Amino acid sequence: MPFIPHTEDDVRAMLNTIGVDSINALFDEIPDNLRIHDLPDVPEGLGEMELAGIMRKRALQDIGNACYIGAGAYEHHIPAAVWEVTGRGEFMTAYTPYQAEASQGTLQLIYEYQTMISSLMGLDVSNASLYDGASAMGEAILMAVRANRQSKSKRILVAGTIHPVYRRVAHALVKGQHITIEELPFCPDSGITAMDALAPYNGEDIAAVVIPQPNFFGRLEEVDLLTNWGHEHGALVIAVVNPIAMSLFREPGQWGDTGADIAVGEGQPLGIPLASGGPYFGFMCCKQALVRQMPGRIIGRTTDLDGKPGFALTLQAREQHIRRSKATSNICTNQGLAVTAATIYMSIVGAGGLRQTALASHHNTKLLVEKVTAIKGVEVVFEGAYFHEVVLRLAKPVHEVMDKMAEHRIQVGYPLGDDFPDYQDCLLVCVTEKKDNDEIQQYADTLATVLGGA
Amino acid sequence: MLIFEQGTKNRRAFMQAPRGEFSTDDFPAHLLRETTPTLPEVSELQAVRHYTKLSQKNFSIDTQFYPLGSCTMKYNPRGVHRLATYPGYLGRHPLAPDQHSQGYLQSIYELQEILKSVTGMQGISLAPMAGAQGEFAGVQMIQAYHEARGDTARSEIIVPEAAHGTNPASAVMCGYTVKSLPIADDGDVDFDALKSIVGPQTAGIMLTNPSTLGVFERRIKDVADLIHDAGGLLYYDGANLNAILGKTRPGDMGFDVMHMNLHKTFATPHGAGGPGSGPVAVAECLEPYLPVPIVVKEGEYYRLVAESERPDSIGHLSAFAGNANIMLRAYIYARMLGREGLIRAGEFATLNANYLMKRLQDAGFDLAYPERRATHEFIITMARQAKQMDITAMDFAKRLLDYDMHAPTTYFPLLIAECLLIEPTETESKEVLDKFVEVMIKIQQEAESDPDMVRNAPYTRPVRRLDDVKAARELDLVWKEPSA
Amino acid sequence: MSEVPSELKYSKSHEWVRLEDDGSVTIGITEHAQELLGDMVFVELPDLETDVNSGDECGVVESVKAASDIYAPVSGFVVAINEELSDAPEIVNSDPYGGGWIFRLKLRDDAEMSELLDADAYEEHIAD
Repeated sequence: MPFIPHTEDDVRAMLNTIGVDSINALFDEIPDNLRIHDLPDVPEGLGEMELAGIMRKRALQDIGNACYIGAGAYEHHIPAAVWEVTGRGEFMTAYTPYQAEASQGTLQLIYEYQTMISSLMGLDVSNASLYDGASAMGEAILMAVRANRQSKSKRILVAGTIHPVYRRVAHALVKGQHITIEELPFCPDSGITAMDALAPYNGEDIAAVVIPQPNFFGRLEEVDLLTNWGHEHGALVIAVVNPIAMSLFREPGQWGDTGADIAVGEGQPLGIPLASGGPYFGFMCCKQALVRQMPGRIIGRTTDLDGKPGFALTLQAREQHIRRSKATSNICTNQGLAVTAATIYMSIVGAGGLRQTALASHHNTKLLVEKVTAIKGVEVVFEGAYFHEVVLRLAKPVHEVMDKMAEHRIQVGYPLGDDFPDYQDCLLVCVTEKKDNDEIQQYADTLATVLGGA
Repeated sequence: MLIFEQGTKNRRAFMQAPRGEFSTDDFPAHLLRETTPTLPEVSELQAVRHYTKLSQKNFSIDTQFYPLGSCTMKYNPRGVHRLATYPGYLGRHPLAPDQHSQGYLQSIYELQEILKSVTGMQGISLAPMAGAQGEFAGVQMIQAYHEARGDTARSEIIVPEAAHGTNPASAVMCGYTVKSLPIADDGDVDFDALKSIVGPQTAGIMLTNPSTLGVFERRIKDVADLIHDAGGLLYYDGANLNAILGKTRPGDMGFDVMHMNLHKTFATPHGAGGPGSGPVAVAECLEPYLPVPIVVKEGEYYRLVAESERPDSIGHLSAFAGNANIMLRAYIYARMLGREGLIRAGEFATLNANYLMKRLQDAGFDLAYPERRATHEFIITMARQAKQMDITAMDFAKRLLDYDMHAPTTYFPLLIAECLLIEPTETESKEVLDKFVEVMIKIQQEAESDPDMVRNAPYTRPVRRLDDVKAARELDLVWKEPSA
Repeated sequence: MSEVPSELKYSKSHEWVRLEDDGSVTIGITEHAQELLGDMVFVELPDLETDVNSGDECGVVESVKAASDIYAPVSGFVVAINEELSDAPEIVNSDPYGGGWIFRLKLRDDAEMSELLDADAYEEHIAD
């Protein structure tokens, strides 16, 4: 039953008050030829107990596989307290904080989130979050085109080392506004954006340059040089970064001489479970001067009638519910629940814990690289430093190896061939702090067997 | 007190950090961070206590009646939450191979089938991450359809003036010009005005039905014929789908594409502002353009269809598969309720709204559309109170908070002066609705006897009315460490 | 009743226009418009030294609950903008016809001035 509390007496009394004789009579404004009387293809309802049996069985089908895939979603430890508190009904079942006096909990939490994530990115301000990292990159491009009043070109340069799906999502989001996204080639030896890739654009009108750190291959980009190039050419600089990595690597606000202008990325590593891809959240931070071009909700601190500090939605006139067709974006929701978890996560682990997580993940990746490169037929593709993710070339067809490893319940990595045709024999492999030496050894041993076999 | 103000230098939750001493020697020094971010330095208990206390400052469905119109704040069953968070679901990587994902994919496939059946549409993608993204995807599909036919001169999308603000914003994001459609006095769209603005430049129309005014658009078939005859397509904004579950379907009304809000109709948690989830369903003519990914069933095997298999798709809208765990929750909810339960949800949502509307009318409040049935929601207007007593809809809203009830939606749709859009939902009991009427009568009396008191409400919440002007003029968006 | 100074010209979209001695025109929003919008929190000014055509959107006035475009009531070249409003948008509320001016144009076509409303016509317009 659909959690309806009405007794038969209630229904009778209510119909009486309304002055109709049946519930069905309340639908009399729907023309007869549009009426249906059943939903024949929907199964019968089930009790919680029966359904729990079905859902448990299905969940067990998918469990027990060792995951070495990253590619934008990362399996980190999440302290139990994070979701115990996030799961409280007062957070989980509240709506958008429109009535500030009845939403101070969420509003203060988001203000704290804005503080934490801005500081992690080294930028002045943040919004209350967007859908995910990929769509946040699309919104950042739209924002940069609005904000860069010197540029008329609507041309965006995106590093070819950015997550390929991010680039496609961004394209889907911006193409209606006649913005062109051009891809910068990367150096096949180093797997990073080479400065000479920018040479053809010298003297051109470019609205923004999009730079990842670390990049999709786990490699570290020369962010200072790229940022300075962008600014020298009148472009805004958009950083697309991993938030855990930013505890270790130079933050976007410190890139180059004057810092990136906008930083976005996937918030999932900050305490959000993998959960098949969502709900995650996209973060977005920027310099103070750009704040009015930022899409999405923003929380500000103010005072109440008695002068007491409090928190409220602010800069709402930019948003769709007021500005309608002239809004900065059509976005309405933020990913409030995921942001709640991320805020509690960052509070519990602190700056030191984030850094330790980053270092331990890298340490494990390095360990795996040492073990697998000892196997004949496995090599690291790109020279130079990587962070917790690495591209391996295999001597056997990648999909065959993936299937064989899957039989051993190991998700060996993400194949690059579909997105990067020159890398058909390559896998992107990620190791986080959650794997121990034995598991990493088992990965290497199994891979050796699979590659050694006929 | 902010979490930052509770910390002490170098206090950390050591329990939660990986052990070990690691060097940074592997990384080029010039790429390393030189500053320490401003994150809290608190113990785990401090964090738990701080955020638990913050949660207690929120109103929520679990703690209060929350009749926020157009938002469908119904009970989010705890059982759904439990089942959707089994480790097998939380631990699955979005790019895990299909053979390690059969349990999850089966559930998502079955949800696709249920949603098609409920909406009367032929194709579906669960990819959009919220209603607004569903709208964007829908309008993009309309655009792709016209372009594929070489019909490229269509530049306008028609949107009623009472529509959700996301509608015009989404249409503009896709590069369309928005043509605003007036509403007639009875709450239906102004059909004559529609006739005058439809033409060869019309790409489509975006409608919510029941509309944002809380009434069913009775001439929907005529609207559909008019738009189709002009070569345009119809977009259905599914925000109000809860009202018509099992009674009529967008597909039957003539819509070609729609989104639904799983966080409304299918009771997934709103999470204090998100995540939403906005699946799009389409008629046959738009199927090739659906966003990816989509789950298909081949024999007894389920798999995700890749973008390369759908060359005409409008593409990816998120890095992975949208708000996956929200879809899983919607699936569990739909299975729990089943056929009969879904139909009853629509019926009792409508019963509760009509009952509450009648009781408020009998108590002397002004309905926006007294001649019309309520759907799952309805509008009362405080224009008379504002004029006679200078007591606004917002004053009523704020005073309701003192009586431990969340306010209805205020000042939307903009079309109705001083309006409160009220949606009780099916999971509230008659006693709660009666109590709401009682409180509204009480506030009306207070407004008459002590208007200043009402104007300055609330009094019992953690803060009183906040200075929005100051918030916007003197932007304070992040906390800064006081300089020593 | 809002003040509608008789020496000014007006647009239907609630801008006022004052012809200066040097032949340029100063433009702002009327007292009636600022009353409708409420407490101003931000004014987006036009770009200096750009050409605008009559009817162009060339700025935004923003209150807490509404944002309204500023339309160029006449065509011309932007010769001055009121930078003071960047820090003190509230002047538009307190002194809409004085310190709350928004921008100044060098007219392209003097004849456009005669297409604007006079004070009586504007008063009639807002009375509707």
